Amino acid sequence: MDKEKLNNEKLNKDLFVPAKKDEAKREEIRRPSLSYWQDAWIRLRKNKGAIFGIALLIIVGILSLVGPHLNENDAYQQDLGHSRMPPRVPVLENISWLQLDGTKSDEFQAATVEEAEQKALLRFSIDDLEYVEFELVDDGTGSEPATVVGHFDVYAEQDMDEIYYWFGTDTLGRDIFTRVWTGTQVSLLIAFVAAALDMIIGVAYGGISAYYGGRVDNVMQRFIEILIGIPNLVVVILMIMILEPGVISIIIALTITGWTGMARIVRGQVLKLKNQEFILASRTLGSSNTRILSKHLIPNTLGMIIINTMFTIPAAIFFEAFLSFIGLGLQSPEASLGTLINDGFKSLQTNPHIMIFPAIVISLIMIGFNILADGLRDALDPKMRK
Amino acid sequence: MAKYILQRLGYMVVTLYLIATFSFFLMKMLPGSPLRAKEKLSEAQQLIVLEKYGLNDPVPVQYIKYIGDLLQGDLGISFQMKNQAVTDILLNRIPISAQLGLYALLIGTTVGMLLGIAAAIKNNSWVDYSANFVSVIGISIPSFIFAGLLQYYVGVELGLLPIAFWGTWQQAIMPTIALAIFPMAIAARFMRTEMIEVLGSDFIVTARAKGLNETAVLFKHGLRNALIPLVTVMGPMAVSLMTGTLVIEQIFSIPGIGEQFVTSVMTDDFSVIMGTTLFFAFFFVFIILIVDVLYGIIDPRIRLAGGKD
Amino acid sequence: MENILEVKNLHVSFDTHGGEVTAVRGVSFDLKKGETLAIVGESGSGKSVTTRAIARLIPSPPGRIKEGEILFNGKDLAKLKEKQMQQIRGKDISTIFQDPMTSLNPTMKIGKQIMEGLMKHQKMDRSLAKKKAIELLDLVGLPDAKERVDQYPHQFSGGQRQRVVIAIALACNPQILIADEPTTALDVTIQAQILELMKDIQRKTESSIIFITHDLGVVANVADRVAVMYAGKIVEIGTVDEIFYNPKHPYTWGLLGSMPTLDNEEESLVAIPGSPPDMLQPPKGDAFAPRNEYALEIDNELDPPMFKVSDTHYAATWLLHEYAPKVEPPAAVKKRMKGFGNTGASPISKKGDD
Repeated sequence: MDKEKLNNEKLNKDLFVPAKKDEAKREEIRRPSLSYWQDAWIRLRKNKGAIFGIALLIIVGILSLVGPHLNENDAYQQDLGHSRMPPRVPVLENISWLQLDGTKSDEFQAATVEEAEQKALLRFSIDDLEYVEFELVDDGTGSEPATVVGHFDVYAEQDMDEIYYWFGTDTLGRDIFTRVWTGTQVSLLIAFVAAALDMIIGVAYGGISAYYGGRVDNVMQRFIEILIGIPNLVVVILMIMILEPGVISIIIALTITGWTGMARIVRGQVLKLKNQEFILASRTLGSSNTRILSKHLIPNTLGMIIINTMFTIPAAIFFEAFLSFIGLGLQSPEASLGTLINDGFKSLQTNPHIMIFPAIVISLIMIGFNILADGLRDALDPKMRK
Repeated sequence: MAKYILQRLGYMVVTLYLIATFSFFLMKMLPGSPLRAKEKLSEAQQLIVLEKYGLNDPVPVQYIKYIGDLLQGDLGISFQMKNQAVTDILLNRIPISAQLGLYALLIGTTVGMLLGIAAAIKNNSWVDYSANFVSVIGISIPSFIFAGLLQYYVGVELGLLPIAFWGTWQQAIMPTIALAIFPMAIAARFMRTEMIEVLGSDFIVTARAKGLNETAVLFKHGLRNALIPLVTVMGPMAVSLMTGTLVIEQIFSIPGIGEQFVTSVMTDDFSVIMGTTLFFAFFFVFIILIVDVLYGIIDPRIRLAGGKD
Repeated sequence: MENILEVKNLHVSFDTHGGEVTAVRGVSFDLKKGETLAIVGESGSGKSVTTRAIARLIPSPPGRIKEGEILFNGKDLAKLKEKQMQQIRGKDISTIFQDPMTSLNPTMKIGKQIMEGLMKHQKMDRSLAKKKAIELLDLVGLPDAKERVDQYPHQFSGGQRQRVVIAIALACNPQILIADEPTTALDVTIQAQILELMKDIQRKTESSIIFITHDLGVVANVADRVAVMYAGKIVEIGTVDEIFYNPKHPYTWGLLGSMPTLDNEEESLVAIPGSPPDMLQPPKGDAFAPRNEYALEIDNELDPPMFKVSDTHYAATWLLHEYAPKVEPPAAVKKRMKGFGNTGASPISKKGDD
């Protein structure tokens, strides 16, 4: 407490004069003020997951556009001579664990090595073992049966050393690479259109319901409550049955069930905002309805709308794939991620590559959208982290 | 509370009636009839068949008959499966689906909750990040892809588990896992956010200020408050289990209601489609009601207020 | 009187994304047995953080006690293990929080919430603890305590809930009661009741109270001594009379000047210009200087030490240095200082219950 005595000699007497007033400094705000969107963008940029999601989606998006044109193969052109070719990619074919070397491999067991090797004929549907290389695992002299691993070079057998099917071919000899990206285009199209329609209908319905309130709101809400009581799955399946499977009918079916979620969110948000002080203040100052809508209600609801849409898109992609998988969506030869997975599933046990590639792509898209949506939610509405 | 439940039951009846009506007229709009596969029948035979299904009457009469039968629990006779009553088909298959669904729900929510709680307590640690990773994967990758991969790698390649049918516990493992992944992911992420929010609330500080140890704070004060809202995601989970069983049963050839539904759609077995649709709708509406009532019962704030919002 | 609590050079900081925020920068004070010390200051001045640090309720991470001692009956709380601290928290040091609407567990009966502390610290069994809980509810003036122990928080009004919170804090007869703005969230009439209740309880239990508030009216009503905090430091500390009638720090002048009184006909409320500094980058010198009408050049260079005004009164301003020019407090404040006794600034009503 008597520090001042110690410091007295060091203190400069000249400093004990009133300080110059610096009005600007006094009111200075030390951090730059950011708009809601700038702030959100900064938060989103810091979110590594969300950035990863965006990158993933951009890559998949670009590939879905250019992918089908990267080779001469056509998505629908069948070539039974080239059916069930395993994937083979230049350069990567030399890295054995990637299994992109154009061979099919399997393990065979029998009493003797020869018998085991003969089993490969049946497995690979071939007449001789010219293009099969065997690796001996167990020679069968011990207690274990003889075990060999056979690598069947399909491309050599078909005399197609110069040809590369990057993702292989399906049971009808169509190039899976081309079909996967064509299918991605279709799936994304369905998802985007369905999400956009959901958004338009939902925002209009929810906005009107909340803004007018009273009896209008009451009637509109009762209607939605009944609609929500009906399981989506049932409606979608019934709709698809009468509409004939196709892109349009899937979009219609998804929209019929999808918009209610958006409508409820928008209604809730507008209702909440409507009675907040800043809206009342704006009304007191004589702002018109249009101004209140465009300057206050819409900007403050936009975050929620974007977040919800970002969750609708992967849900729509999933539903399309689901419908196609149980045979109610698009029908082969139409390519969508769902039909491709469905096709692949049928021959999963002998030719897993037919299902693996579309499955990977759909999973990447779903992951991309989900983590981007999570990131957007954290960035746009830190309070709503559910 | 009683008034609230009655009101909800009223809604439920209206919803079910609308679905019944809606699906009835949709079916009438559809091309095809039970005769499609029986083109070789003579005209007289066809008439007999149509008579048997009551398809000769004018549509309004059929509708009244249909609703009347429905009220008595009669869903009609399958068009495709030799005179079997739809009710019997459903009753045979529901227990299997219910068993599968229940396993998946129990395992999924339990594992998910544990993951979510661990992630919340160890917020921003590697535990949190891995739990997050697992739940993003679980939410993103469709269950039929999981099912397919499990079936191929675990069943076919490794030969560890049977790849199809239903009956032994080994057969139940893979379909249960495939079906449980989505509810697990949902529960994990929901539990995490709920728990983090609860642990940040003032009454947790009050509990700490009393000198309670951390375990008591986390479990007596935190967990209960975080668990209550978990009930609200049960509805969406029920839906996911419904869509899930449809594909999972098909993939693993499990004779449940989902597999039946897909088959009946493929074979235009309208009476079975309608019966199953109604069952799904009933199940769904019922679950939502249960969830709401349950929520009211376990949350003291709602118990007396008599209704949400 | 003996000191029950001595805080020495306390520093508390938080790690945030923007960097380390030092919310408390060298706070020292002591608390005597049976006295009420009020800590006043603007939001963000570090008053809550200081008391939470005393109860060791700073969440860590991100917060930590960087430096300093918290001597409770000679024992340094800052160095105790969490397990040992749990034996003190709720038993010797209790806290009443600001918002009664959120500081009770919504899904637990209030009786159980009171009983928890009793069962832990006093090893009471369930039935005994419940009896004691009913007594406590009686003590804090809740009617029908017998029925109300089995009710949930949402069945209580705000004022009643704060009584419950107080009952929880009082359960184990604490030696120190930390009241963190216990009346801020309440209606004015309820505020007065709660203050009366706390004074009444203090008379009965002889506990010491640290009372955080930004309401000087409340301070005048309840406190024996006052510490004024600004930007994580105590800038002036003294008895109530010294702070109200002989304030030395320009910030205290500002606080007093901005307080409405009943006889200020000429609308002479004085606002403190500007806003508190960003604690991410505390300014060089005196943190208050940019907002200080009476700032000296040295304020921009050096942080002022505590100057002694009397045995009980200290203030951290260069104006008290022998070299400093003589400065009079603003007229409005001076007038208030004189007329403080009859301003009616302490809105005490002696009315009955809620």
